[in-house]
Amino acid sequence: MKYVVAGILVAITASLMILGLFVSAQAGSTLGVAKGSALHTAKASTPDQALNNLLNDVQRRNWDRAFASVSEPSAVTESEFTQDWMGSNGSLRAFSSLESFEARPLHASNNEAQIRVHLHFSTPVGPLEEVRDFNLIRQGDLWKAVWPRFEIPSVPAQVIPVTYLRWDLVTGAAGDEWGAKNVDAPHVRILSMNAVDSAEGAVVMGEVTNEDTVPAFVTVNATLVNAAGNAIDEESSFDKIVHILLPKQVTPYRIDFPGLTLSNVKNVRMAVKATLVPAAADPVIGVMNQKIDSEAQGKSVLRGNLLNQSGETVNIPHVIASFYDDHGKVIWVSDGYVDRALLPQSSQPFAVELPRSVAPAVHGFHVVVNQFSLNNS
Amino acid sequence: MMLCTAVCPVFCGAQQLQVPASAVAGQDLNLTTAGSGRGSFYLLGPGISRKTEVDLGEPIDLAGQDLRNAGEYTAVLCAGSCQSARFFVIAAKPSSLTFLVHPSRVPVAQGDAISGVAFSFDPYHNLTRSPLNIRFQLGFKGTALWARTVRTQNGVAWFRANSWKSAGPVQVAASSDQFSTTRVVQQVASDPCNLRITGQHTRTGILVQTEPVHDCAGNVVSDGTVITFTATGADGKATVDAPIKQGVASAQMKSAGPTVISVASGVVMGNEIHLGAQP
Repeated sequence: MKYVVAGILVAITASLMILGLFVSAQAGSTLGVAKGSALHTAKASTPDQALNNLLNDVQRRNWDRAFASVSEPSAVTESEFTQDWMGSNGSLRAFSSLESFEARPLHASNNEAQIRVHLHFSTPVGPLEEVRDFNLIRQGDLWKAVWPRFEIPSVPAQVIPVTYLRWDLVTGAAGDEWGAKNVDAPHVRILSMNAVDSAEGAVVMGEVTNEDTVPAFVTVNATLVNAAGNAIDEESSFDKIVHILLPKQVTPYRIDFPGLTLSNVKNVRMAVKATLVPAAADPVIGVMNQKIDSEAQGKSVLRGNLLNQSGETVNIPHVIASFYDDHGKVIWVSDGYVDRALLPQSSQPFAVELPRSVAPAVHGFHVVVNQFSLNNS
Repeated sequence: MMLCTAVCPVFCGAQQLQVPASAVAGQDLNLTTAGSGRGSFYLLGPGISRKTEVDLGEPIDLAGQDLRNAGEYTAVLCAGSCQSARFFVIAAKPSSLTFLVHPSRVPVAQGDAISGVAFSFDPYHNLTRSPLNIRFQLGFKGTALWARTVRTQNGVAWFRANSWKSAGPVQVAASSDQFSTTRVVQQVASDPCNLRITGQHTRTGILVQTEPVHDCAGNVVSDGTVITFTATGADGKATVDAPIKQGVASAQMKSAGPTVISVASGVVMGNEIHLGAQP
């Protein structure tokens, strides 16, 4: 009798083991959202394990092992794969690192799977998010990522004549006669201002223009004042403005007051400061194919392409967009950094998000491009 | 007076000091004393504080160097007791004009856009408060545009004037009989006027270009002024902020289908052109 019981137990155990193997092989994906794990699985027997391995290695900058998680034959070389993650030409991606990721399965079968991943990068200009869909296939017992062809932007050797304009600034010496060499600060004007409440707090936004014939370094400050005439808070536009404005250039600005609402605000005091600075008129960056689209998650996104029409590399392009209602009033200002460098005569896509509450009222938009070039900084 | 009281409360009235009602900055001055023996003389004034030993009954010579700054001075003579007297030093004859002109850049044909203020000073940088006729004059390329004579009040004279119609440097002079000071105001073109563009399909898209950009007075708008081109077509909107170079601005747009292109500079709108699909 005792042999019969032992035999049954062995049989059940064996069958469960076999079943377990079978089920794990069939499991195409993890249900729900999986957060990035620091654990590296030796054999990626599921798509999410394979993706987890790959992204963990990317986080650790272990490029050889990360590239080993890419299917063979691959459309990219290891160097292209590495450049896809590390960036090049002094781009923002070159200064950023993958901080975390969240994976959400979209589709899975026995041999292939598609997983949408929210990648969270930490960068010098703040956190950046990217949503990327990964395709994975099963090769033998292992799952591997299919890496799409990555176009490394390259510019053919050429000579681009540059006839750019530049303003230099000569300041008077201390010994000069009083009043003899004063140069006035540029004349700038706030064209519009709109204060709204948003999910994150109060927001003051609008547009400002340089009405002068010389370049100006512009900052816009706003002070919220309560009914008693006391200042509640004071903030500046920080990076949500094109600071260096050429003559007649218009820039949006946005000033955030996190955690505040306008219910206690009686008045908003605006102050625009302009300083004369040396500047150059180049590079000229065109903003092409601007369209408001809906993302897969239902968010409204303004997309387009930046086209560098000059011969100078723009390392970190920064897009600032103002959105108008049907009366031409600025109802929102969004911005976004492009993490790829904008090479001469080449283009890069961009996207800036619109809040759900604002999107239905948007009737028009205007995009300006701020640019940071390592050669000029 | 406090010094007198504090130093010699007992022997006051032993000597006399006479000072003029006023003196001129930078000029020597004699103060008359009465009495005999030695005494201490104190001079207190703007930028000066000194003590000297003097013979009573002899005049006290104050060098012009000690009286350079206009204002109120106090002379104190002590010999057992102290006596003090006050006198004013007024500015000497004007020897220079300080001329402030605002702004340094001004758009053409603006009313009351240029202002200037002149201060007359003596050789020791004292503001001269005696009336002085100042002639303000605006000139452009050797031609006098505007002139006015203004009498100073408390050492100050000022003017306001319209900017001229042509872009370029305007000489603004302030002069009196003996001296003259000149400043330069750069008159710059005003906002673009009648902004017009032309466009054509090229191999790489659409080349759009302004006609030479002028203001309403016909001045060429400064190079570097940003012109915004906007193309709207089936594939979305495209914008390019292009600076004027050598009088015109141009941009390369990408649009395949029928496209409407508009132009603006700051808050000034230009014309619209309609281009058909790329042949």
